[in-house]
Amino acid sequence: MSSPVTSTTGAAGRTAVEVRMEGLTRRYGAVTALDGLDLTLRPGELIALLGPSGCGKTTTLRLLAGLEDADSGQITVGGRDITRLPASKRDMGMVFQAYSLFPHMTVLQNVAFGLRLRRVAKGDRDRRAMEILELVGLTEQAARYAHQISGGQQQRVALARALAIEPQVLLLDEPLSALDAKVRAQLRDQIRRIQLEVGITTLFVTHDQEEALAIADRVGVMRAGQLEQLAPPTEVYSRPATPFVAEFVGLTNRLPGTVSGSTVTVRGQDLPLVDLGTPAGPVTALIRPEAVTLASEAAAGSGPLAGTVIAITFLGATSRITVNLGETTIMAQLPTSDATELSAGSHVALSIRPDPVLVSVAENNSVAASEA
Amino acid sequence: MAAVTSLGETPLAGAAARRPQGMQRRRRRRLNAFRYVVFTLFGLFVAAPLLAMLRFSLEGTKLGTWSLTAWKQIVSYPGLAGAVALTLELAVITSIVMVVLLLPTMIWIKLRVQWMSRAFEFLCLLPLTIPAIALVVGLAPVYNRIQHYSLSALQLFWVYVVLALPYAYRALSSGLDAIDATTLAEAARSLGASWFTVMFRVIAPNMWQAILNALLLTGALVLGEFTIAYLLLYNTLQPALYSISRNTPNAGVVFSTSMASLLFAFALLTILSYAGRQRRRG
Amino acid sequence: MTVAASTGAGARPVRAGRLPRLPAWLGTLPFLGYVGVFLLWPTGILVVDAFKNPSGSWNFGSLSTLYSPAVRGYFIGSFKLCVLSAVAGAVFGALVAYAVASGKPDGVVRRLSVAASGVLAQFGGVTLAFAFQALIGPAGLLFHAGWYYNFPWGITLIYTYFQIPLMVLVFLPAIDGLKVQWREASESLGSSTWQFWRHIGGPLLAPAFFGSLLLLFANALSAFATIQAWENQIAYTVPQQIGTALSSEVGLANVNAADVLAFGMIVMVAIVMTGYALLQRRAARWLR
Repeated sequence: MSSPVTSTTGAAGRTAVEVRMEGLTRRYGAVTALDGLDLTLRPGELIALLGPSGCGKTTTLRLLAGLEDADSGQITVGGRDITRLPASKRDMGMVFQAYSLFPHMTVLQNVAFGLRLRRVAKGDRDRRAMEILELVGLTEQAARYAHQISGGQQQRVALARALAIEPQVLLLDEPLSALDAKVRAQLRDQIRRIQLEVGITTLFVTHDQEEALAIADRVGVMRAGQLEQLAPPTEVYSRPATPFVAEFVGLTNRLPGTVSGSTVTVRGQDLPLVDLGTPAGPVTALIRPEAVTLASEAAAGSGPLAGTVIAITFLGATSRITVNLGETTIMAQLPTSDATELSAGSHVALSIRPDPVLVSVAENNSVAASEA
Repeated sequence: MAAVTSLGETPLAGAAARRPQGMQRRRRRRLNAFRYVVFTLFGLFVAAPLLAMLRFSLEGTKLGTWSLTAWKQIVSYPGLAGAVALTLELAVITSIVMVVLLLPTMIWIKLRVQWMSRAFEFLCLLPLTIPAIALVVGLAPVYNRIQHYSLSALQLFWVYVVLALPYAYRALSSGLDAIDATTLAEAARSLGASWFTVMFRVIAPNMWQAILNALLLTGALVLGEFTIAYLLLYNTLQPALYSISRNTPNAGVVFSTSMASLLFAFALLTILSYAGRQRRRG
Repeated sequence: MTVAASTGAGARPVRAGRLPRLPAWLGTLPFLGYVGVFLLWPTGILVVDAFKNPSGSWNFGSLSTLYSPAVRGYFIGSFKLCVLSAVAGAVFGALVAYAVASGKPDGVVRRLSVAASGVLAQFGGVTLAFAFQALIGPAGLLFHAGWYYNFPWGITLIYTYFQIPLMVLVFLPAIDGLKVQWREASESLGSSTWQFWRHIGGPLLAPAFFGSLLLLFANALSAFATIQAWENQIAYTVPQQIGTALSSEVGLANVNAADVLAFGMIVMVAIVMTGYALLQRRAARWLR
């Protein structure tokens, strides 16, 4: 259970540490933000905490940073218990969502600030700050002020400032949420690259599942103060542990089906189950759009998975079609080349790839069609 | 019924910001202690003169006794009742003239003559730089001439409007900004409204709290105005209180009237803040 | 139908194509006329008369009376009172403002404090002097302060009573403008509370603080009623002396003296207010 490996030496020769959070609880009056959370970050790993607003992911980050106190639980970094330590003594670098650069200081002064607090001499700290600025590619902006640079650049400065003090842990609180889509993608990759190069243990909080899947070593999906699943991105996507994860990450079709034995029958097709212990009976099957394909020509025409196209959404390389099956609708994601002949009103037949599906046996199986 | 759920994207960080954000326990404790101390000291400092004033207003003929005489005298003391009535009238007149003068002009400038807004703001805030005590020096010749024709003290309202200009301007200005008057006007105009309609049936009704605020601030200023009235030899409320206190030191009625006007102002402002709150929720 | 969304003053001018070609600015004539007659004209009168002899001829040397020892004394008196009350009001007001700002944004405490400050900042004048007289005057309820009628101490205390709430009103937005992220970023970088205020909070609030202090200074400079009610026999400050000059029955010579004093006062206030405006602009840049 307790791993003897609490630190490793990363790519840059720095020693990365393990972060262990056990039994963290945090309540605000009647609201329980965190309910006994257990989470361990392996040395040098980047974990993305993903979840809807109010799920507790930001609270987790803030407890780790020391900006708030937990009601109960323990936090250990590199084998050392830091639960009682104030934020200023925790040696962590934090990047906020926005507005965190000090407006009265230049970029260089911002980055050097942490070193100044540690009484590093001016020459040394300016040199070190420039090194970090080079790492994020902003040496030319060193003399500018926050309001003179773009949002993406500001976040890079914030990252540089956090790294300048050579912290043990890097914390990022939705750092890309306030940026434009294009900048977001570029910066996301850059953050990941720097994180790998420096080799620092990192906790990244976001509500954007694309972000989480793209950069994390492991993704932690949270809901209502609990971790629903903690696994590498591919696993979270293709083998969601709970219906919530299945629905939160990626698009999901919800179709009624019947379980018997080790398969579930959905609209005439038998599909293998993820959880072989599911009791027989009616369930709701959760099926990814990319698992739904056009049926071969021979089977076209009628059948339980045939219907009329309601809408086609062009997404570039793929297209998403929504098909009316009569009493329900289904979404399929196809290569655009397959969808070019289709239009609203076309008659199509679909088939579901025989990947293992997750089913939900909740009482309200017939969930109302929430088009929100 | 099948449902197709969409991406688990959540509303923007604005919602997250509204969630409770805590602080370290130690820091919160220290901060609360600081606040308690500050508010207690400040509260005492604020209350002490008021309480003293209240006590003196309830003083009877012998020291140490209690009596409501001073309060009853507010309406019966020679010279005071007239001054009170006069000042109230002045307050009403000044407030109305202020809004009638300022509101259409401000809306007009904001919608049609934006290049003037800087100069306009400067003019409105100018009275802060030309204080009453200085202004009255230039007014004396003007008002002396007016007094030759025995016009009533109500003529003071002309100057009072100028004195209250900065406060009324700020109140109306923040009201205009809050409702994004330009967009409202453009929408109304594109539907065919005349400028008159835009100003009085679209913009003005939407800023009634700001207008009320401006009216009350102006009224409060008039009620408390001493300098110009005193030096131009008019007998409004404040000069009347002043001369009573000079003639009869520690006259109770002085304290009771002061107390009354203070409570009146506080009541008005509290009503205003509640009225504002209801509107926002509704 | 899409309405072009241009917001705020200073956006592109609204087209006036449908109306007759009268320039739009004519609509502001009533206001301009009013302000011209009742603000600019009296000011002009006093400025012009400051440079005139009682007989009506020009006398540019009258400004030299501003350097006379008596007049210098009034300005020094005003200066002392203004500096003391402004500093006291600014320092204590800043503390109160911080206490208010660090509470719940729409809690009861904040609403009450802001409302009370709004009332108290206006509560000057004769009534305030009476209140303090009731408190620590000769027949004072609390005790009789021997220094109550000493200049500037007694009157400074009275001035502070409305300077503090004014400071709260003016400075509170600046403290609100201190983003919580700055504090948290500073802490996670390792700063103590003191280090935060010294490196971040203090420098950021400084322009707003000193700007507000200047405003308080101008506010004290302009005040007349309170000090007149406090002490009407001896003139310590410029406003008092102006009052004396105007209300004494000696002829026009004193009116001229009042003009000169008023002119000097306006210049002083104008300088202070300019400083205030400049500092406010700097503060707004950081603490929007």
